[in-house]
Amino acid sequence: MSETHTPSATFRSNLKLAVAVGIVFVIVAAIAIAAGLVLWSRVQGELRTALTPILDDSSGLVLVFAAFLLVALTLLVGAAFRAYVGGIARLAEGARVIIEANPAHRLPVEGPSETATLAKLVNELAERQQSALSKVELRVREANASVEEERRRLAALMSEFTDSVLVCNAEGLILLYNDAARVMFDGGGAGGAHDAGILGLGRSVFGILDRDPIAHALDLLRDRLRRGEPRPVSQFAATARGRLIRVRMAPVRGADEAAPEAITGFVLTLDDVTGAVQGGEARDRLLQSLIEDTRAGLASIRAAVETMIGYEAMEPARRDQFIAIIRDEAVRLSERLQAASADRGSAPVSPWPLEAMKAQDLLRTLQRSLQRLAGVTATAETNGEGQWLNVDSFAVVQAFSALAARLNREHDVREFTLALSPGGRFTGLEMTWRSPRTDTTIVAAWEQEDLPTADGHGRLSLREVAERHAAEQWCRADRRAGSVTYCMQLPVATDTPTTRVAVPLAARPVFYDFELFDRPDASSVFENRPLSELAYTVFDTETTGLNPSAGDEIVSISAVRILNGRLLRHESFDQLVDPRRPLPSESVRIHGITAAMLEGQPTIVDVLPRFARFAENTVLVGHNVAFDMRFLELKERETGLRFVQPVLDTLLLSAVVHPNLREHELEANAIRLGIPIIGRHTSLGDAIVTGEIFVKLLPLLAAEGIVTLKDALVASQRTYLARVSY
Amino acid sequence: MTHKVLIVDDEPNIVVALEYLMRQNGFDVRAARNGEEALALLDEFRPDLVLLDVMMPRKDGYQVAQTIRDTPALAGTRIVMLTAKGRETEISKGLAVGADAYITKPFSTLELVEQVKRMLDA
Repeated sequence: MSETHTPSATFRSNLKLAVAVGIVFVIVAAIAIAAGLVLWSRVQGELRTALTPILDDSSGLVLVFAAFLLVALTLLVGAAFRAYVGGIARLAEGARVIIEANPAHRLPVEGPSETATLAKLVNELAERQQSALSKVELRVREANASVEEERRRLAALMSEFTDSVLVCNAEGLILLYNDAARVMFDGGGAGGAHDAGILGLGRSVFGILDRDPIAHALDLLRDRLRRGEPRPVSQFAATARGRLIRVRMAPVRGADEAAPEAITGFVLTLDDVTGAVQGGEARDRLLQSLIEDTRAGLASIRAAVETMIGYEAMEPARRDQFIAIIRDEAVRLSERLQAASADRGSAPVSPWPLEAMKAQDLLRTLQRSLQRLAGVTATAETNGEGQWLNVDSFAVVQAFSALAARLNREHDVREFTLALSPGGRFTGLEMTWRSPRTDTTIVAAWEQEDLPTADGHGRLSLREVAERHAAEQWCRADRRAGSVTYCMQLPVATDTPTTRVAVPLAARPVFYDFELFDRPDASSVFENRPLSELAYTVFDTETTGLNPSAGDEIVSISAVRILNGRLLRHESFDQLVDPRRPLPSESVRIHGITAAMLEGQPTIVDVLPRFARFAENTVLVGHNVAFDMRFLELKERETGLRFVQPVLDTLLLSAVVHPNLREHELEANAIRLGIPIIGRHTSLGDAIVTGEIFVKLLPLLAAEGIVTLKDALVASQRTYLARVSY
Repeated sequence: MTHKVLIVDDEPNIVVALEYLMRQNGFDVRAARNGEEALALLDEFRPDLVLLDVMMPRKDGYQVAQTIRDTPALAGTRIVMLTAKGRETEISKGLAVGADAYITKPFSTLELVEQVKRMLDA
């Protein structure tokens, strides 16, 4: 792959040459014809008569002369063209490298003296610019140093912090995480590849935590900010990999004072409460059942004893029956106590961290959600002002919305009234609707069923939600009013929160990229987004040979991530792979991976799913990537994995940027762009070099007007190397 | 007129005592061992008062109470919930679904009899 020209550039260049030759030929021919005609007009009389037959015979000769002339002109003009026009085009490309990518790059001083002089002058200019640039860079570096110092202090502070902390932008992309968070989601595994791809800068937090509770909490925070609450914090429970996580969310607010509710991001403080909660819940249940069983047993004993005392004239047989009951119940109680002490703490369950919330806020949120999620109208009564409740507001809203949606769907109920019925330590949240069928059994039948939530994402039962609040729920009908009311009790908060603030401190400094705050919505279409804003997984493989179709296999696959134009070396994937076939010695000479090194390594079927997780939601980048992609494609059937994300090839992009240069290999690119080559022919080393080349190609592409991913894909396709297939 | 009392409880031992008590106090007594049995008896027996346990197999006490309240023909039936479920939330629920009185176990037999008489005389 040494000589490369894009087809369109080659075509343009050849066309120019042909036009130049044509013009010169036409001019020379015209002069010759004109001279001939003038001479002919001067020849008179006999000479003319004598020459006519000779000229008639030699028309073939004239054509041969003309052909010679054309060939000579083509050679002559071609040489001049290559020397001057081609030379200047190469100079232009070299100059662009100096301007956009590598200020240390210099043009070769070669060709005709004019071109050589031009090259020399450009080099001198570059020299001057470079020295000016390094002065500016020095100042920038000094300024950056103080910013870095601030960041380091923040980082040091965070590494002291044992709670897991994630900082995200408004779209949920992770900007920062600390070591505790990494351990929580990576299981603390040191091997970079194992659970890589779960937690990472620029990845969506929704990949690790449920989306809906987060969105719900964000809504609540916005609402509170709008109403002037100075430091609102929202708290909810989420599940991640089967664990129960208590999440506290604090907003990161925008600078715009006119829009107090504008949130540019949020800070999540996470606490794994699975164990605590299960233990607490189990004890709670045990205690509850013990109380109930004891009550029932004591009731029987007490009733029997009191009856015997109260009715002395009782016949002996009856009296004996009561004595037997007393003995039976006493034995049963003893056995129950024995069993309870044996299985103390063994019951499994779900418990729930609740958040203190104003009852009216809950009502308002529910009202909005009913309209939004269930598509029904809801009016809220304004009782219960000033009351605080301890709720899992997300679960409550989902449950009520699901119920309303089902009533709407199956019984055509369109209007609901929401109200609070305060009473002691619990307040009833009531939803009333008019119904000709004042039948409470409809809802009773649904109580234990998992209702699909109105937004279609999750499932939960009304009973389950009530149990989370250690409360009851029921339905009652008012036949005179022709209405049915569903009521769920919610515990009243005794200590109302004032200003609890989540401390936005967290982990190791390396894991941040605050520029993500400014990124657009992650869900917008990949293709039309600027290249500079996308997240990339740059990868490379080493293989047993060059022919995947003939059974060659991957022996090593590595990747690094690029985010916001920065290569993130610490977020890497690096895995040796057992190819399950002999390793040809030629390939060992290239990559240095021996059969011994591959012993006990996972096979590609185990590795690819992890790689896919690492690469998800990113654009794949590689050098001559068609080769690597072919290996991945051939594993599709075996692994069930398809890599459908967009793919960019630095080989093609180099050809797009430098249509007149011939060298587009990895090394040539690296040298041209001033990138040191370390670890060539290890997959991780090559992935890193490819990544650095890609980062440097971005401004060169932009100079060519290639700004979005789509632009880059279209331009890549045009280059003829795109047709190479393995 | 002899008042009719239906006892609904899955604990036979408490049923024995309750039946005896109510009979001694001059009531016409029937017993059911679970919610379904109780519902089947309601139509035929037409009790004036139901002593209703909550935790029972095959329809719990809440459901029985709801059905009684949903049935116009049983409009005058008094319901006394007699249960080991004694949490505030459970009491609220019992009263909300239609109980006239909610008594937690263990209870005083004397007070129970008085309560039943009071409710039937009212």
